[in-house]
Amino acid sequence: MRIEAIGCEPLLLARFNLENSRSLETYRRHGGYEALRKALTTMSPDDVINEVKKSALRGRGGAGFPTGTKWSFVPKDSPKPKYVVCNADESEPGTFKDRYLMERDPHMLIEGMLIAAYALGARTAYCYTRGEYKYLIDIMDQAIEEARAAGLVGERILGTDFSCEVYTHTGAGAYICGEETALLNSLEGLRGHPRMKPPFPAVAGLYGCPTVVNNVETLCAVPWIIMHGGDAYRSLGTEKSGGTKLWSVSGHVKYPGVYELPMGYDDMEKFIMEDCGGIPNGRKLKAVIPGGSSVYIMRAEDIIGKDVRMDYEGLVAAGSMVGSGGFIVMDDTVDIFESTKNLIEFYKHESCGWCTPCREGTDWLVKAFKRIARGEGRPEDAQLLLDLCDNIEGKSFCPLGDAAAWPIQSAIKRFPEDFKRHLLPLAEQERVPAVA
Amino acid sequence: MNPLPKEIEEEIQSFSPEVEAEIDRHIAKYPVKRSAILPIMFIVQRERGYLDAAGIAYIARRLDLTITDVWEVATFYTMINLKPVGKYHIQVCRTLSCQLLGAEKIVEHISKRLGIKPGETTPDGRFTLSWVECLGSCGTAPAMQIGFDYYENLTPERVDEILDSLKE
Repeated sequence: MRIEAIGCEPLLLARFNLENSRSLETYRRHGGYEALRKALTTMSPDDVINEVKKSALRGRGGAGFPTGTKWSFVPKDSPKPKYVVCNADESEPGTFKDRYLMERDPHMLIEGMLIAAYALGARTAYCYTRGEYKYLIDIMDQAIEEARAAGLVGERILGTDFSCEVYTHTGAGAYICGEETALLNSLEGLRGHPRMKPPFPAVAGLYGCPTVVNNVETLCAVPWIIMHGGDAYRSLGTEKSGGTKLWSVSGHVKYPGVYELPMGYDDMEKFIMEDCGGIPNGRKLKAVIPGGSSVYIMRAEDIIGKDVRMDYEGLVAAGSMVGSGGFIVMDDTVDIFESTKNLIEFYKHESCGWCTPCREGTDWLVKAFKRIARGEGRPEDAQLLLDLCDNIEGKSFCPLGDAAAWPIQSAIKRFPEDFKRHLLPLAEQERVPAVA
Repeated sequence: MNPLPKEIEEEIQSFSPEVEAEIDRHIAKYPVKRSAILPIMFIVQRERGYLDAAGIAYIARRLDLTITDVWEVATFYTMINLKPVGKYHIQVCRTLSCQLLGAEKIVEHISKRLGIKPGETTPDGRFTLSWVECLGSCGTAPAMQIGFDYYENLTPERVDEILDSLKE
């Protein structure tokens, strides 16, 4: 698997190939914790927030919300304690970037969490990590202890008045806990059900206190922004999407991996066919899911020769979304009905059961997909699947419902031939050629 | 707190001082004790093999919760085992990127070798085989975890090597 920057100097991956990259000593030798020092000794909390606003950094977990704006929602006059929570519950199928950030450069994340805590007036920060990443929790715990011993975590950090504790926390195998309010319930020791918004976590989050939840990659970008300035970060990307972004690439490509690209990288065809080595075994590109499994699937024809720009606006214009940046590439041997069935089974398994449209809807979708897969499809089933999706999309309590509907809706719309074949009577299905 | 059934009351015992201290360290991380429930469930599961009724009762007592409070959390999270699992819990990822690169072949191979289907445990209690959802190993697919250890870029040959390398 490759891990490299293309089209930019590595920013998030800068220390990945150093020996002992996860040690405090290596991190400090390469400028680590200098951004924290700069923030604590030369900037006010508002200065930090303004710098992050200027950077045009947007949330890298999937929603793409401007980070500085999110931070500015935390009320300054609240007498309650405030919390910073790092969302390391990386569970979106196709996404594995945060895993390598924590594995190779845990201090970058700790520094980002501390700077965020300083900006928001928090004295406690938690890193909620998915349970399967136990080895990363161990790495983080070790890094936190190292930082504590060096006076970088705990009381009077770097000799200033700023004190902050950093703790790891474990999830236990629930995709829904990547949704920030479900994550907070889980962190409070409850079932991971999402909460009603508003109030947003910035006002009433962990234990009812003002809380900011940010993705690992988002927080990892913060030290660089503070060190080099928001304008410098923004200028690496585009006006609306600042900086660089990690893309996790998997599926049918020669070189799967984690790639750091400048926002606005031009273009997606070059990225897949050249940077990632193209499609192996002499096959052709058929489809790409570019932003983790929840976003709209794209046809090869909408990528090849189409100059798709890789940033938030560019991917929307091309009919999909950046999401978490998880590229799943599929060659022409893949039956999109089958790949979609795989995903809806995932969403059914992960639906938390809190609201009826998602709980029942994903169950019915799986039942319909299984029946069709048994050869009992009917021509009207395409509409049935779309109707079921329509009863989930926009009607579920949290975005998991939308995330379950979008892959199906886009697959039926964009790959009707793969569905039509399954919806014929069984005897006729055999007369229609399957995918290559 | 309501009295517990006698057989459970008898079974609830403290863990070793080291494990109790480990649990205390988790509780100390939070302003509200209940937050430590998942880390403690993993510890109880590690010590007892799975989270049984006595383990649930132990956690309830430790965190000043009701038995129901603990059950409702335990039944929500797939990594909390409410039934015994084998010494080696083989969890193969079934989600899209792994499926595209042959996860089914991997499970077929393991099934054949161990004589169990996904969801089953070998009669000697050594192995449990499970399908699981995305492990975050998409770039190194197909992948599995045995316990908490990741094994990636799997082939049937590699699976044989891995299984051969496991201690009795």
